[in-house]
Amino acid sequence: MKICVLVKEVPDAAVEKRINPQTGRLDRSGEKNLNPYDTHAIEAAMQIKEGGAVQVDEIVAVTMGPESATRALHKAVSLGADRSIQLTDDALAGSDVQATGYALATVLQKESPDLVLLGQQSDDGECYTIGAIVADHLQMPSLTQVIKMDVNDSALRCERQAEYGYDTVEIDLPAVISVGDAINEPRYPSLKAIMGAKKKPLEKMGSGDAGIDGSRVGADGSMVQCGNFKAPPSKSAGEIIEDEDTNETVERIVAWLDERKLI
Amino acid sequence: MPGILTFALHYEGAFNKNSLGAVTEASKLARELGTEAHAVVVGENVPDELASQLGAYGASKVFRVQAPEGLAQPVVDAMAKVMTDNGHDYALFGGGLLGFEIGAGLAARLNAGVTMEVTAVDVEDGRLVAQRPILGDSAISESRYRGKGIIIGRLNAFEMQQSADAGSSATVEDVQVELSPWSTKARMVTRGEQRGADVDIEGADILIAGGRGLGKAEGFETLEQLAASFGGNSAVAATRAVVDAGWYPYAAQIGQTGKTVAPKLYLAAGISGAIQHKVGMQASENIVAINKDSNAPIFEFSDLGVVGDLNKIVPKLIDAVKAKKGG
Repeated sequence: MKICVLVKEVPDAAVEKRINPQTGRLDRSGEKNLNPYDTHAIEAAMQIKEGGAVQVDEIVAVTMGPESATRALHKAVSLGADRSIQLTDDALAGSDVQATGYALATVLQKESPDLVLLGQQSDDGECYTIGAIVADHLQMPSLTQVIKMDVNDSALRCERQAEYGYDTVEIDLPAVISVGDAINEPRYPSLKAIMGAKKKPLEKMGSGDAGIDGSRVGADGSMVQCGNFKAPPSKSAGEIIEDEDTNETVERIVAWLDERKLI
Repeated sequence: MPGILTFALHYEGAFNKNSLGAVTEASKLARELGTEAHAVVVGENVPDELASQLGAYGASKVFRVQAPEGLAQPVVDAMAKVMTDNGHDYALFGGGLLGFEIGAGLAARLNAGVTMEVTAVDVEDGRLVAQRPILGDSAISESRYRGKGIIIGRLNAFEMQQSADAGSSATVEDVQVELSPWSTKARMVTRGEQRGADVDIEGADILIAGGRGLGKAEGFETLEQLAASFGGNSAVAATRAVVDAGWYPYAAQIGQTGKTVAPKLYLAAGISGAIQHKVGMQASENIVAINKDSNAPIFEFSDLGVVGDLNKIVPKLIDAVKAKKGG
């Protein structure tokens, strides 16, 4: 079985995110890291490999992003991927989520994976949608926000929370699964794995190499135009108590509640 | 005729509240555009009485499709066919997991633009413009569509409302849809399973909610004591993360895939305040948050924020509330 894991480089959680007013795109300068949600997808792939129910021949990390995104792939490899692919091309910049899904699906098609895994959302764009888009382009069944997954040679048994409670769904392979963060606790990479990550094969390709139709990607190939960024209606900031003396803190909380007749 | 198509999710004979919100919103927007709002209903033998109810929320026509319920891809097939055959320009979804999946699949199928987490939709020059909060709700971005537009609402963004001519029922039209081969490769084994005890949090005036910051399942015992100290109509609620971890029952879950609440007091202990949680509780009258991380997003929408260790604060708060009640 071959598992491809989609990963993404995102601004580090500690960096304040902002929109570049010139381009209308997220300002991606500053510290970056592997999207934390993606580490759950890599861990899920590793657990299938180590679980022994099926033979996993290869785990391939795939990303689309600028030169710097190589670091996210190194991180993915240090967490267990055997090799990685980076789709990188200026022509892809400004692609909306649908165009991005099309581009990634085109790369995946060449790999013919039995299973595509990804995280439930990205830390920056907060989209929950890329998995379902990739799946439709690959013509594979798909499920998102999966929190438990049992695998055999031809199918998966997945659990997730949906509108009315927990659903259990059986899905034939090949399939595209986005995993929720409750599915596992990702491991930390060993020092040896971090040091060895740069030695694992990394293939870089442009959109032409991947066979991507240039008219369907980039800002011009995207069907959504985002702009006119504005501030949301402001809500006056609440009162903040820094707990130094807990007895006093509790007194203040009780007084606050009492004033509003909540006790 | 161009128009707006919505998806109406139903379960055990009733429509989903967020779906009815989407139908209401679509019918309002359709009036402004001078067109009609329609809905797609998918399931095994959906009765006329159920499907036609959507008329009361403003849908003039309901396309009924015989296909498996509760999975996204058969609905993508159904909506793609209906939109292509009838020339709908837009698809609109209420908040919820299936809406995200169906909307995304539909965007891929139709090469359409898609925007998720939308909180408001406007009409501008005869086109729809979707407003979406971004960057942790610190800014709002507007989406415009070059071709067909897929708009997926945030949970509770669109309020359901019966239209003025509420007596009207929608025409129901049966549509035969051939499912894509990949749409038949997922099978529902069990649906809507409730895990853990049945608790009622929607009727409570005082809700004490716990998240991952509690550190362990036992943290909920302390929260139950805190809820009890308020007496009367109080209850304990939980975030998705801790419910999935098995610390507290599913019936007590707040947010995107859980319940939506609006108590007089919502006290959040060890909850960071992710959007998926916020959408389920932001209508609460008073929000108090206790969290040790001063940068937690929850402090941006709480009325009283306490930065500190809840293991130190909550036990003393229980005693203080009891003392206040007693005195």
